[in-house]
Amino acid sequence: MSEQKVSVGDAAQQPPAGESHDAGGKDNVPASSSRRSRITAGSFGRNGGLVLALLALFAVGYFTAGDRFLSFNNFTVILQLAAITGVVSIGMTFVITGGGIDLSVGSVLGLASVWATTLATQDMARELGWWIMVLCALAVGLGAGLINGVLVAYGKVVAFIATLAMLVSARGLAELIANRRTQIVDVDSFDDTFKGDFLGLPKIVWIFLLVAVLGWFLLNRTTFGRRTVAVGGNPEAARLAGINVKRHTMFLYGLSGLTAGIGGIMILALTTAGSSTNGTLLELDAIAAVVVGGTLLAGGRGTIVGTVLGVLIFATLTNLFIQNNLDSSVQAIAKGAIIILAVLLQQRLARRS
Amino acid sequence: MYQELDVVDGLTVAENVYLGHELSTMGFSQRREATKHTRDILRRLGHPEISPRQEVGNLSAAGKQIVSMARALSHDARVIIMDEPSAVLDSEEVANLFRVVKELTSAGVAVVYISHRLEEIREIGDRITVLKDGKTVAQNLPVSETPTAELITLMTGRNVEYVFPETDGVPDEAPVVLDVEGLALRGVFEDVSLTVRAGEIVGLAGLVGSGRSEILETVYGARKASAGKVHVDGRRLRAGSVAGAVGAGIGLAPEERKSQGLLLDEPVYRNVTLSTFSRFARGGFLDERAERSAADEQARYLDLRPKGVDRAIRTLSGGNQQKAMLARWLVHGCRVLLLDEPTRGVDVGARAEIYALIRRLADEGAAVVVVSSEIPEVLGLADRVLVVSEGRVVHEGPAASIDEHQVLDMVMEGSVA
Repeated sequence: MSEQKVSVGDAAQQPPAGESHDAGGKDNVPASSSRRSRITAGSFGRNGGLVLALLALFAVGYFTAGDRFLSFNNFTVILQLAAITGVVSIGMTFVITGGGIDLSVGSVLGLASVWATTLATQDMARELGWWIMVLCALAVGLGAGLINGVLVAYGKVVAFIATLAMLVSARGLAELIANRRTQIVDVDSFDDTFKGDFLGLPKIVWIFLLVAVLGWFLLNRTTFGRRTVAVGGNPEAARLAGINVKRHTMFLYGLSGLTAGIGGIMILALTTAGSSTNGTLLELDAIAAVVVGGTLLAGGRGTIVGTVLGVLIFATLTNLFIQNNLDSSVQAIAKGAIIILAVLLQQRLARRS
Repeated sequence: MYQELDVVDGLTVAENVYLGHELSTMGFSQRREATKHTRDILRRLGHPEISPRQEVGNLSAAGKQIVSMARALSHDARVIIMDEPSAVLDSEEVANLFRVVKELTSAGVAVVYISHRLEEIREIGDRITVLKDGKTVAQNLPVSETPTAELITLMTGRNVEYVFPETDGVPDEAPVVLDVEGLALRGVFEDVSLTVRAGEIVGLAGLVGSGRSEILETVYGARKASAGKVHVDGRRLRAGSVAGAVGAGIGLAPEERKSQGLLLDEPVYRNVTLSTFSRFARGGFLDERAERSAADEQARYLDLRPKGVDRAIRTLSGGNQQKAMLARWLVHGCRVLLLDEPTRGVDVGARAEIYALIRRLADEGAAVVVVSSEIPEVLGLADRVLVVSEGRVVHEGPAASIDEHQVLDMVMEGSVA
């Protein structure tokens, strides 16, 4: 986008130069810079509280655990903690912005991790390449998501119920396939591709960053994102404007399922095993991160940056407790408190800006 | 009492009336007591047929209005403020409302009646206070001695008469753009046929609930017709497909602007381009610059105020929100415009503007269908009028050859038959 090259500073209030727009889109009128500064101001207003909360957690970490906390290594650990929940939360952001909810992501992630590691899949992967496992996980995630989508959009089943049913049955199917055993990954090319570091960061962290950036573009810069906001904000208005609301709703759940599939691959890279218990209760972490991030649970407004910050806050919190050898039950209580605090703070800031 | 209905659909009439101040002893609600009192109040309001035990969701808009009023009375109010109580009522129900208001005033209750329909104020008011842009511009005007024109001048700050734009009539050779044949929606309306030529405005007159809005929505594909055909420029539309209708160049400005038409928290330009943003996009990527400039161009053309297409559309007045709806279809480039209650919630000054705008769009070759509860509006604006009653077209003819009383007679006759 040309806007990003324009220097911010000239805030001359001037209507967008409508007549001068051309196919190249290279014009740098002052209007776009004032618009840009307005946008950044707005998103700071919305995300400012989250950044503050994150910094506060860092401060607490520094005072309680010192340099052990404030080291590059530890930040890598935090990012790694955040990565899987993060990817799933990006998908969840779309569903929630579109006015829905997806409770099935944790189970679907588990199912994807199991299906991608069955003996048959691993045999094929050893023969043909690691991408077989990836394709398998993605197909399972997308498939499960589309089933959710068809049920919600065309079957008119309430999203909460449809995805709850998927949560239960996907977990069951995963147990059936894995026979309740963990399936160790024994495909060298898969491990080579997804384990270890790339440019100093774990590869799954890169996947998280990539998904987050793609998610941001998809939500803010594409027709898909615009439809998502329209469908979530006022489905009737979207429908009467000629948007195919049902089809789009189906796609949203498909996308969420797809991110769960990606999460399934990532968990294989992290734990080296497909298991039907992978991703248990992950849906709650994802929903919490999305809502804390500032996405409206009622739909119509969503923020990828907020979701990423929300995920990082929870990951940092977990890390803090581990660093200080604290009880994980206390951690759960703190997590609950953070959800409430963040949302309250969020509302205050939103009212002021 | 609020302009928008403020009752809870899932509760019974009595529960709604005593909502927030339930009759109770030690936390247990006294349902019988509440039911009895509610029945008394409803009788006082002249609506003994509404049962206190009925669920409010099953009542008509008018019935809900009565419940809302009953709630106000249940407080033993000395003053009742009614904010546009007639907005959702048809003329018959308004008459009943007025009867109730008169009973209330004679029983010593003071009533503040807020309305943008001047003829209502004239009928029901004793004194008038005129507000404009959040300020009082005149107060305590005696109703009987203040001419309507003076009120309009006070309200608009200029001399606008409740006038409609002149029209030269539609030339006979103008092509038929919209052709509806034998359209029906089971249980709502049947056998509706109408043709609209380029440059023509066709009005649908009728009472609330006569099927007017449903006819528009069915033409538009938002409801699936059970019979009949719709052609635009000779091409047949698929029944029940909004996308097909929009693709063929039909635009709808729905009855409930806020709940059916707009994304209230989104900026004006995104509302304007809601049906066209994918056209501006390249390869799925939005071109917001082009969207903004297209929206801005229409905003200037329609004189949308306040200026600036980046503000949330929630902050605009009803008239300007309506203009934004029209702008949406102007950007889209429409052959047919279906306007459902285009001036609902629009003040008098902006109305004349909207009328002129609709006429201008027709003059530029659009085929326009207008639905309105206000019969003078339909008659004044349209070239041709269809009178709808009980889901049937009972009359069709030039707007100039019929007056309000005749329309009302037909409507009433239709509903008796």
